[in-house]
Amino acid sequence: MDSLFDFLLLIFTDYTLRTVTLGAMILGLVSGLLGSFAVLRKQSLLGDAMSHAALPGVVIAFILTGSKAPLVLMLGALAAGWLGALLVQLVVDQTRIPQDSVLGIVLAVFFGVGLVLLTWVQRQGSANQSGLDTFLFGRAAALVMRDVWAMAGVGGAGLLLVGLFWKEFKLLSFDPDFAATLGFPVGLLNVLLTTLIVVAVVVGLQTVGVVLMSAMIVAPAAGARQWTDRLDRMVLLAALFGALAGMSGALISSLSRGLPTGPMVVLCASLLVGISLLFAPNRGLVGAWLRQQRNHRQLRRSAVLEALYGLALSHGDATHAHQLGAVRAAIPGVDVRRTLAALESDGLARGHGGDLWGLTPAGAEEAQRELHRFERHGLDELPTRPSSYPFSAEIDPAEVVK
Amino acid sequence: MSPQLEIQLVASIVAAACALPGVFLILRRMAMMSDAISHSILLGIAVGFFLVGHTGHPLLIALAAASGILTVSLVEMLINTRRVREDAAIGLVFPVLFSIGVILISRFAGDVHLDVDAVLLGELAFAPFNRMTVLGLHLPQGVWVMGSILFVNLLFIALFYKELKLATFDPALAAALGFSPVLLHYGLMSVVSITAVGAFDHVGSILVVALMIAPPASAYLLTHSLPRMLGLSLLFGVAAAIGGYWLARFLDANIAGAMASMTGVFFLLTLLLAPEQGLLARSRQRRRRRRRFAVEMLLVHLSRHENEPEAGTENSLAHLVEELKWQPNFAQAAVYNAQAEAFVQRQNGLLLLTEQGRQTAQRVLAR
Repeated sequence: MDSLFDFLLLIFTDYTLRTVTLGAMILGLVSGLLGSFAVLRKQSLLGDAMSHAALPGVVIAFILTGSKAPLVLMLGALAAGWLGALLVQLVVDQTRIPQDSVLGIVLAVFFGVGLVLLTWVQRQGSANQSGLDTFLFGRAAALVMRDVWAMAGVGGAGLLLVGLFWKEFKLLSFDPDFAATLGFPVGLLNVLLTTLIVVAVVVGLQTVGVVLMSAMIVAPAAGARQWTDRLDRMVLLAALFGALAGMSGALISSLSRGLPTGPMVVLCASLLVGISLLFAPNRGLVGAWLRQQRNHRQLRRSAVLEALYGLALSHGDATHAHQLGAVRAAIPGVDVRRTLAALESDGLARGHGGDLWGLTPAGAEEAQRELHRFERHGLDELPTRPSSYPFSAEIDPAEVVK
Repeated sequence: MSPQLEIQLVASIVAAACALPGVFLILRRMAMMSDAISHSILLGIAVGFFLVGHTGHPLLIALAAASGILTVSLVEMLINTRRVREDAAIGLVFPVLFSIGVILISRFAGDVHLDVDAVLLGELAFAPFNRMTVLGLHLPQGVWVMGSILFVNLLFIALFYKELKLATFDPALAAALGFSPVLLHYGLMSVVSITAVGAFDHVGSILVVALMIAPPASAYLLTHSLPRMLGLSLLFGVAAAIGGYWLARFLDANIAGAMASMTGVFFLLTLLLAPEQGLLARSRQRRRRRRRFAVEMLLVHLSRHENEPEAGTENSLAHLVEELKWQPNFAQAAVYNAQAEAFVQRQNGLLLLTEQGRQTAQRVLAR
């Protein structure tokens, strides 16, 4: 415990670790929050395209200003990402090329242009350019407080916009057509939301790089989605997941050499997604599997109960015992023996030895109740005798009128 | 052969090999899958590298192709849980595999000849240094490797052309006829993976996407026929390769980046200029339709009032502006166009239908 405490103390005392952790947390928080809208609007890959598209903007901003101030480069990235998003929209609206193809083209072509410009700048021999390529793959360890402040500033502006346009974005994410009929400027709001995704991308580029930035947009939001159906909770949870992934990724990568921060953060975020997919209440896969098993068990019990009951009735005695084979023949495909054992332990069926099985009086009653229930729902009657259901003697017209 | 020519040859073969499967990726709306595959092959390359120690080994290609297939199946598994949608599934899977690859490389391969930059960016300029002699021909290794991959791609498309076409345009019918769409899907994905693996040391895994998607997308704007689309894609790809090489030489910049930029230039040009679907052609069509409609509207209006007493006031240019709510310029242009087609004559300020104009108005009304 002592060493863990020392380690946690490092966050407050070690400059690099503190800066990197803070930067990764801000990145996770902003991208989780803004990414929620991208995931809900089926634009998860837009983040991927925008992060690649930002590269030429970074280089051009440097060429034009000669400065590597984080805010300058971020503005360049923002402009290029935004142009890319606009191009995607234009081509999708005007041609028959599917959206994902356009995303792929913008992604790779912008990146190619960025690479050409980057190598061109590098070969111009200006000493000042070194460090531009951190934008390619991210170098969290190279973050300084100035970068973190810039990230916080740009990210904070994005969050402020979400707060201002919360109602509009909510409507746009779930029912854009309705938003349009209400007279919201849907086109403008679309552009604004896309801009916000670009903002999230720009905030994270320097830390995790263009390739992994897309994961930071998608993963926290996809994880958060599993836990809730409410937008406000999802957005907050996504921000939390993002910050958590950022923090744990940064801390784990500081444990040992050769554990780069960006990939660690992404793995942490993906782990959160895995946990959410498996264990979230309601939508979790494990819960769904357990529910399915329970349903199957219930159906098997009903089937065996009713088969035994039906066989027994032909003898005029509801508890009359039958061979296991006869029950099997009545309901093929059901694991009869296991179900009978379960029914016996509940006191609904009884083994008479030699594979002879019959219902107990309690079992007969249960079977009758079940059959009655099915009849009331019309499940087994409807297909063969459709007219019998509405006029069934069990429904007293007086009851209905009352 | 001079190194210059050899680089262009390798670049052209890479571009051609990428463009072929790209056509089907676009038509099947799976373009972003190529992005996912080309990133996650890094994992296979890293694992293979640790097993055999260098990058030229066939095992690397096999493992990298396997990680491409792994990506596809993981994405499909995620979609089938119905907890995330397709786009999010793709965006979740490949960063994980890529991250594991990066961590493996940076943790265990600190000072060997494998780094992430090389995989992501590639370097075509080195192509002539790595040579291989086959059948007495001493050529860059890239020519042989990518040449074989191009051959495999051609073979795949030639052998399964009919099935691919059917499964692409009518998957339900293909399934009903007994072609396995799943098998074809994985076949295509294997081809994409192998191509991405072969291409990465030349153009890098990100720009592979440009070579796979942009040339077929440009071709898609020019034609409706699949064979022509395949041919045009090859043409665009090779042109981008050669154009890119010279652009890079001119700027002294990364060749692969310049090739990707050229695919973008070609795409923008077709987007603007394509005869039917280009932006210019479409805006011209829109303008022509609007003009046509205005002329027809004018003729109908004139014919309605032709034999009425108010014809004198109704059929003046000024009245059109008032009743049809047209801008004066627009009304003038419509009248001018109608006169040019000899549908209308002007006589002391009044617009009179010609016989031809009257017939056209009748036809429009009967439509």
